[in-house]
Amino acid sequence: MKIIILGAGQVGSSVAATLVGEDNDITVVDTNPKCLTNLNERYDLQTIVGVASHPSVLEQAGAKDADMILAVTNSDEINMIACQVAYTLFHTPTKIARVRNTEYLSKPALFAQEALPIDVLISPEQLVTEHIERLIKYPRALQVLDFADGKVQMVAVRANYSGPLVGHRTGDVGRYLPELDCRIAILFRQNKAIIPDGETVIEPDDELFFIGAPKHVRTLVHSLRSTKREVKRIMLAGGGNIGMRLAMKLERHYQVKLIEIDFERAQYAAEQLKNTIVLHGDATNEELLREENIDDTDIFCALTHADEANIISSMLAKRLGARKVMALINRAGYVDLVQSNVIDIAISPQQATIGTLLAHIRKGDVVAVHSLRRGAAEAIEAIAHGHKDSSKVIGRMIEEVDLPPGTSIGALVRGDKVLLAHHDTVIEAEDHVILLVADKKQVPEIERLFQVGITFL
Amino acid sequence: MQYAVVQRILGILLGLFSLTLLPPITIAWWSNDHSLQSFLTAFSIIIATGLFLWLPVRNVRNDLKLRDGFVVVVLFWVGLGFTGAIPFVLSETLNLSFTDAVFESMSGLTTTGATIITGIDSLPKSILFYRQELQWLGGMGIIVLAVAILPILGIGGMQLYRAETPGPMKDSKLTPRITETAKALWYIYLGLTVSCCLSYWLAGMTFFDAISHSFSTVSIGGFSTHDASMGYFNSKLIDTIAIVFMLISGINFSLHFFAWRNNSTQPYWQDTEFKAYLSILGVVCLICCIYLTLTSDYADMSTMIMDAIFQSISIATTTGFTTTQYQNWPNFLPVLLLFASFIGACAGSTGGGLKIVRILLLFKQGIREIKRLIHPHAIFVIKINNKPLQERVINAVWGFFAAYIGVFIFLQLLLMATGLDTVTAFTAMAACMNNLGPGLGDVSAHYNNINDAAKWILCLAMLMGRLEIFTLLVLFSPVFWRK
Repeated sequence: MKIIILGAGQVGSSVAATLVGEDNDITVVDTNPKCLTNLNERYDLQTIVGVASHPSVLEQAGAKDADMILAVTNSDEINMIACQVAYTLFHTPTKIARVRNTEYLSKPALFAQEALPIDVLISPEQLVTEHIERLIKYPRALQVLDFADGKVQMVAVRANYSGPLVGHRTGDVGRYLPELDCRIAILFRQNKAIIPDGETVIEPDDELFFIGAPKHVRTLVHSLRSTKREVKRIMLAGGGNIGMRLAMKLERHYQVKLIEIDFERAQYAAEQLKNTIVLHGDATNEELLREENIDDTDIFCALTHADEANIISSMLAKRLGARKVMALINRAGYVDLVQSNVIDIAISPQQATIGTLLAHIRKGDVVAVHSLRRGAAEAIEAIAHGHKDSSKVIGRMIEEVDLPPGTSIGALVRGDKVLLAHHDTVIEAEDHVILLVADKKQVPEIERLFQVGITFL
Repeated sequence: MQYAVVQRILGILLGLFSLTLLPPITIAWWSNDHSLQSFLTAFSIIIATGLFLWLPVRNVRNDLKLRDGFVVVVLFWVGLGFTGAIPFVLSETLNLSFTDAVFESMSGLTTTGATIITGIDSLPKSILFYRQELQWLGGMGIIVLAVAILPILGIGGMQLYRAETPGPMKDSKLTPRITETAKALWYIYLGLTVSCCLSYWLAGMTFFDAISHSFSTVSIGGFSTHDASMGYFNSKLIDTIAIVFMLISGINFSLHFFAWRNNSTQPYWQDTEFKAYLSILGVVCLICCIYLTLTSDYADMSTMIMDAIFQSISIATTTGFTTTQYQNWPNFLPVLLLFASFIGACAGSTGGGLKIVRILLLFKQGIREIKRLIHPHAIFVIKINNKPLQERVINAVWGFFAAYIGVFIFLQLLLMATGLDTVTAFTAMAACMNNLGPGLGDVSAHYNNINDAAKWILCLAMLMGRLEIFTLLVLFSPVFWRK
């Protein structure tokens, strides 16, 4: 696939890095040659220096035969104009743009085909905010993923030494709580993905992904908690876009404190927020944290734009007594360094964003893609189309479907019903099928499986 | 340094190279010219070496790092110089010493075109073809070929590509993916070769000569299947065809690519380097014509102009074909042409020398210094194709220039220390380092008369010239080997 990425910022670079490994022709455009040199040296892609919305730059980037354009520059306006230019001059089929400002986002009519021809709007801040919000709702979860508009959820939990899961077989987990209809879909042991077969015994430090309807999963995860204390006090460090959005969403249900280092920004935050206590100061300042009762805080969340500051301040908060700390970490290398070691949860903004994009790059009718553990494995939601003769999955029992090795079907969504996959479940047309792929190399096989045969056309 | 990865890739590359012996083997078998045995032995030795290197580490899947790229490229070129010499050593008709064989193969691969063989016309067809083929492979670079056809190189392809292609701006890719870029380059190269071959053939060469000469024309090499080089054919039409294809091959291949993709000649005329290339060649041709008219005793005006233009283009693009004994021209002209070969062809072409774009940058930089003297506070930006150039590139060009001169002087002194006279040493060094071929003095016709030590030094010079010095020099720096 030929993809043009406009903007070599954090999102642009990490998307480029993910996609380049999957046999795509990637061209990255940015005004800053330094960012581009960096990309060029590390990956097999083309870079062009120029203003992303200029027709000559887009033409140079090969917009004429590009399949997709992804506008993620810093400016909403450039992103929107670039999509307009690509549509009008080059007829690019798929146009994805990052638009952050709610002024634009609140007017959907703007993005109709005859107005601004943008096929998909993404707002990484919003995605990350939702991601963190879900994590706060599930106090033990490492990752919470939605499928089929939230009808199915997948929640990652770490198995503790002392916890109730260790030593049991994965098949027995269902028996342990018989009223709950959910199961372990995939687990990670020492960075390796394992698809459990029911006989797999859970070991300490395994990362378990439970799948099922949200209310079942939630009850299960709640029942696994060691302490019964409810989350009440939350402290956020960093009043940027994510911090502000999150504070706005959380302040209704929790006691929220927000620390911001820049006085004017803190002033602005205080004006915008209703119940949040806005603190002006440095989140890595021990005195400030103590003063604000860090030892009584349930969740501490570091959300500034500097990875290092986030890591340091959450480590500090943890040592000073915060019960659970999370840090926003952009650099992939840091995530493995600190995740579940010094910091409870490392939030990777790329991971939250990339799934939305991958869903559009995958062939076949793929609705959602979530990368698990920074892209090592993937959870894919695909819709089965056609009928028994034209499709390779419809009308077949799950055990009959010719799945590539290292993949499994986790659940089906039929209409509003959630069906956990059993070996004799029969897939019907228009079912949403949730698949787990332990090895990303198998993704093309999955795509082929869900493409409709020629007879259907 | 990841020795296993380097070894694996070297093994693969040698395996690939051994396949290029198949055409000469076929020719030897077809024409029954008694060199079949030597080629078969050479083929077995090379493929066995490749397998020997590859087999123990075939499962190593680490990515090639920046440093490994340099080592692979340099080791492979050195290795090619030696393994490419095997058929020459084994051939009974040639009866070459080891030194001579390596010199010949290195000269072929680096598209220099300096030869130590005399009596070329009487050689077996297979040997002749093999020499031409070496030049053709060296022209676009066998590593670029490997990047194009072997997907196993993966991300490391870019490192290799950068270390092998000439020119100051190596990050410019034609397509997003390196394999596609390498493929495009080879398609253009192949297309040029085929059209050159057909033109020669239609102009009256035998089919064998047409193929052979198209190989050495498009690669800007200069080997011929005749002692008299292009002069053997004594045909103005063939000379003109050669001039046209030397000119085309001296242009940056990315211009060909964009012209082909956009289906217009616009990319050429928008390129500063291309315009400078034409102007420099034009001026050199003009000087030659005028000077010859004034001083020489050519009977036929048209022959003189043809000779002047052919020699100018051939030497200035660093090809090295000749149609006449230009060494016997008034002394000024051969030296002028030799200096023109320092400028060489465009970056990203198959030609050698310093490359037009570097000279252009040095020139612009000089102008800027003059302007700065007049306006001490003004800011002047150096532009190529109306785009500002990063200071880094300009500094790199200066560094390259200094290194080129430094290496040149050092090696020339070494040559003189082995006993060569000044003219021979200077011109031989220029001819080898610029990948040109014929020099003056003792090396005006062939390189057989100089001593063995000098031949080895010249081999090094050819490699330095082909890999643009830094790729090779970097291996000699302590920083490179520090862990």
